[in-house]
Amino acid sequence: MLDTLLAGVCQGLIWAVLALGVYISFRILDFADLTCEGCITLGASISALLIWKELNPFLSVLVAFLAGSIAGTVTGLLNTKLKIPPILSGILTMISLYSINIHIMSLATGTGGTANLSLLTFRGNTAYAQVASLLGLGRVYSSLIFGVVVVLAVSGVLYWFFGTELGCAIRATGANATMCRSQGINTDLTKLCGLALSNGLIATSGALLCQYQNYADVNMGVGSIIIGLASIIIGETLFMKFQNFYMKLTGVILGAVIYRVVVAFVIYSGMPSTDLKIMTAGIVTVALALPTIQKSIASSRLFKKARRRENGRREGGGENG
Amino acid sequence: MAEIMLELRSVSKTFNPGTVNEKKAIDRVSLNVRRGDFITIIGGNGAGKSTLINAITGVFQIDEGEIILDGADITGLPEHKRAKHFGRVFQDPMLGTAPNMAIEENLALAYRRGKRHSLRWGITSRERAFYREQLRQLELGLEERMTQKVGLLSGGQRQALTLLMATLIRPDVLLLDEHTAALDPKTAEKVLKITEELVRKDNLTTLMVTHNMKNAIEYGNRLIMMNDGRIILDIDGEEKKKLTVEMLLEKFSRVSGSEFTSDRALLS
Repeated sequence: MLDTLLAGVCQGLIWAVLALGVYISFRILDFADLTCEGCITLGASISALLIWKELNPFLSVLVAFLAGSIAGTVTGLLNTKLKIPPILSGILTMISLYSINIHIMSLATGTGGTANLSLLTFRGNTAYAQVASLLGLGRVYSSLIFGVVVVLAVSGVLYWFFGTELGCAIRATGANATMCRSQGINTDLTKLCGLALSNGLIATSGALLCQYQNYADVNMGVGSIIIGLASIIIGETLFMKFQNFYMKLTGVILGAVIYRVVVAFVIYSGMPSTDLKIMTAGIVTVALALPTIQKSIASSRLFKKARRRENGRREGGGENG
Repeated sequence: MAEIMLELRSVSKTFNPGTVNEKKAIDRVSLNVRRGDFITIIGGNGAGKSTLINAITGVFQIDEGEIILDGADITGLPEHKRAKHFGRVFQDPMLGTAPNMAIEENLALAYRRGKRHSLRWGITSRERAFYREQLRQLELGLEERMTQKVGLLSGGQRQALTLLMATLIRPDVLLLDEHTAALDPKTAEKVLKITEELVRKDNLTTLMVTHNMKNAIEYGNRLIMMNDGRIILDIDGEEKKKLTVEMLLEKFSRVSGSEFTSDRALLS
């Protein structure tokens, strides 16, 4: 039981980095960015390649971040310079990344068409293994500590960044681009910055995930955008009182952790893991539809109330009517 | 310091050229705006008033002509690069502010208009005191609500805030595009009053588009009337002071050869 819970939290902390990235594009920039699906794999395959080449695993995470930012910039350029709609821009980058990721992984094995890389032979050289030997703790607890440190660092940097002049300009771009341009903000540039940061974080999450589970697979990104959204929405629904920016980031992180813990228990209880994606889609659908459903219930109540009052009046003042 | 602050030389813009929706929005418009002019712009629907403002601020590139600001040609500059010269208030109260950001954050963005956005902190405590002082002048009590989200403000409060943002750093030209049209009459009057105070305090060069003839006559030192993408009347100085709605209507039908077509203008 406890193992299941802790494993869920460990994974949740990794996915929290992705969720923070998705939060930047989806909530702050108001840009439905599907680059995510290819980007998490990009981070994983780059990190795996570099570990195969016996580079420092922590450095490989940094390289993954940079690669992710480049992918985000490409999506941004497709949208701002070529005027391709956001969703399509993301899909184009995502689909290109599929080929690129296979090329990256092929670089490690030396044979073309490599669709997955195992780190089992390099097990001792992942960030998680190194942290564990450094702290002298078991794998689970050291992973937890490492995850918490990473998430705190990332959210701290985000809190600082979105408080700066540039960060404020990015936030304003998502809220009101017309106003931004009238205030002299180059909205193309702020969008690019936001998308680069967002996808950098998503690739970082991919790199961590790959080192945690000791493999990278070209299909590991499928559905990741939905997991990111689910985390954001769970966080927002459960922690509605979280209003200022730092609390909102905390909500996203908690959302990701809760999601992963729930998933861990669902799998523990015997549901086949292949059904996870439809379950996630269900959660997100319900959460997204909730406001609409609430509104229609409220308005039908109002309607009934009004009709009752109308009927009452007609009966009361029948002679004049 | 040139006497002429803003000059339009034969500026034209056609929307959707070559389609059935082709519309010549402004047609060889020339205009000299003197430093310190407060010009009201009036005209019927589709006369080209808003297009004129948008051409000046660079929302789109013009087809022909030149735009000269304080002696410098700004015709080809993109919108965000012109922004440091202009303060703008839009018709839609939603357009001038970022609703999910605090009042003080919106002001901080305006305070950095046209400057590079660095990694310095987005708002400093010294600025806060300055914003509080500025907000107090609006007499709307906003100085007590500086950390609240702008989304919580009413339309009139938003327009007043947008006005303050537009003038927080002195703009070369203040451009108001029917900025009271979406407000109820009483609020509109209040916002107009704030407008006049801000303009007078800094002696700002101002272009104010309005659909309200009375306002167009009451405010400013100069009145321009547009029709079919052209400036058909330009009334200045003493003549402007003596103007009445009847005179304006009569002038309009004489110059354009038709009746003034905006019901909104006549009814309000």
